[in-house]
Amino acid sequence: MAEIDRDKLLDIYTRTMKVNRTDEKFRALLMEGKVAVMYYCVRGQELVSAAAMAALEKDDYVVCTYRGQGEQTAKGIPMEKWWGECLGKATGTCKGKGGTMHITDPETGIMVTTGVVGSGLPIANGLAMASQNNGDGRVTLVSFGDGAANIGGFHEAMNMAQLYKLPVVFLCQNNRYGEHTAYADHTDSPNIATRAAGYGMPGVTVDGNDVNQIYPAVKEAVDRARRGEGPTLVEAMCYRMMGHFFGADFSYMPPEHLAEMKAEDPLPKLRKVMLEHQFTEEELDSIVADIDAQIDAAVEHALAAPLPDTDEIYKDVLEETA
Amino acid sequence: MAQITMTQALNLAIDEAMAEDDGVFCLGEDVSAKQGGGVFKVTQGLTEKYGEHRIRATPISETAIIGAAVGAALAGQRPIAEIMLMNFVGVCMDQIVNHAAKLRFMSGGQTPCPIVIRTTTGVGVGFGGQHSDMLEAWFAHVAGIHVVTPSNPADARGLMRASIDANDPVIFIENILCYGLKAEDPGPGYRVPLGKAAVAREGTDISIITYGRTVLDALAVAEDLAKEGISVEVVDLRTIAPYDEATVLASVRKTGRALTLHEAVRPFGTGAELAANIQEKCWHDLKGPVRRIGGTFSAVPFASHLEQAWIPTKPQIVEQIKAAMGKL
Repeated sequence: MAEIDRDKLLDIYTRTMKVNRTDEKFRALLMEGKVAVMYYCVRGQELVSAAAMAALEKDDYVVCTYRGQGEQTAKGIPMEKWWGECLGKATGTCKGKGGTMHITDPETGIMVTTGVVGSGLPIANGLAMASQNNGDGRVTLVSFGDGAANIGGFHEAMNMAQLYKLPVVFLCQNNRYGEHTAYADHTDSPNIATRAAGYGMPGVTVDGNDVNQIYPAVKEAVDRARRGEGPTLVEAMCYRMMGHFFGADFSYMPPEHLAEMKAEDPLPKLRKVMLEHQFTEEELDSIVADIDAQIDAAVEHALAAPLPDTDEIYKDVLEETA
Repeated sequence: MAQITMTQALNLAIDEAMAEDDGVFCLGEDVSAKQGGGVFKVTQGLTEKYGEHRIRATPISETAIIGAAVGAALAGQRPIAEIMLMNFVGVCMDQIVNHAAKLRFMSGGQTPCPIVIRTTTGVGVGFGGQHSDMLEAWFAHVAGIHVVTPSNPADARGLMRASIDANDPVIFIENILCYGLKAEDPGPGYRVPLGKAAVAREGTDISIITYGRTVLDALAVAEDLAKEGISVEVVDLRTIAPYDEATVLASVRKTGRALTLHEAVRPFGTGAELAANIQEKCWHDLKGPVRRIGGTFSAVPFASHLEQAWIPTKPQIVEQIKAAMGKL
């Protein structure tokens, strides 16, 4: 595979750390009791989201899940709006009416964040169908987990996407757990990507902890889609290093599995690649410090922001109530 | 003016909307020319005019059909998705209820979802338990959706245009037994606004609140009872949800009596909501309790005589009206 150039590596690193520092901050706020909301941790999956978003153009569409912080922040939702929504404030992307599981920001291409496992795939097809109909050249990427591969909508959507050669990329973040159920307890086939063959679609399984695998794989899928050659299923092997949601018991994860995860942690691996490309420790640290400062400011802004007016419960139901 | 069937009315409305706006397209099972233009021929002739990208025949995949419609709508298009028979909405309720209906609200108004979901159903053609149900109450119970059903060809043309214009999801229910109805064509560009009921027949003694095929039964009964000196008003809701409360309440205040009538099963049906609202708001105008007629609370049976026993009948309507009038 082609070498990733330094500019793109820096881009991916910056996005990865944005995802990671946002995740760390969120968990810290939850631990401190400063906020009390549902949050689905992305520790261990930062690189997959960041590399995938770095493979897209600004105008491309994204559909993600409740565990979508990585896609949302890496695609570039302004931090103040993102934190505002997660804290249920009027300044949020959705005026506090969507919340952590339903972040929408069409300006950055985050079109739907679904709270229902597997429901994003059929919707991604529709976004891609619109692009195919009107020739706008956009690609749609939909992110989902291994658990979603077992719901009917996955199969219906994969078949339809291939039938119409839709410009869509199916990104399966195989984080080895579907909710609280380990991969081996919900699926007997070794990989998800092999299912693509059943629909006549290319499918690839790559190491989601290795930037030199995940980025080129998604980029090729995006390019293929943009060339009008149809969809690809990219399966990124990664680890969900925490429970299903923040605060959930994850003592069911076996110790050897936790050790395996730690050894494969994408962050030290990415840092190593960056150093190999002659980025200095100081440069990398200063990027993180800069991100932390932005996040802190965004969190302060969101904490101080006003709550949505209670009249909002009657608004945006139908156009007449807008 | 020319006479058209309800099938032709729907076809004309879709055709003119597609001609005016490139963003309007149809998708569903068997809808294209290759399959004959839809199982009830509503999309016949449109593939030839607009091509297979805009009349997309789909696999038998209701979740993928509605999901695709949702996504395309978010990207600014106006899909008309067909769910061949209303019972099949059971396959794709997640996309309709959790997504189409809620995305406007959950996004704080950023992503309206303008889709029309055409679906057909009806009791009386021997389709049995999984191809006949009227399930409008399921959708009327969900915020963020319009539920529409025409009782005649002119309304079919006008309601379809208005539904395609609407910037929110519309469940558009077509009754199989109404496709062949003929009436004067209201002509190009005709629209019936959503949320506006029609007083299909004026009367002074009792208001029948109904919609879809049972409007025909109500009108037939009204005609018969006029000969006996009972004056029946028939209100055709046209939009079942959110419904035209002002027209319904005005009618009941005038007549002092109300009967709700629908083909769907009676318990927890739309008639229950209508009755409750009428009794809350028109208590002092009412001469008696609001009466309700609906289908029998069982699956729609197959054998013809069972089906006829299951469905609301004209004698039942007459009986309820006479009871309300104290004339039994």
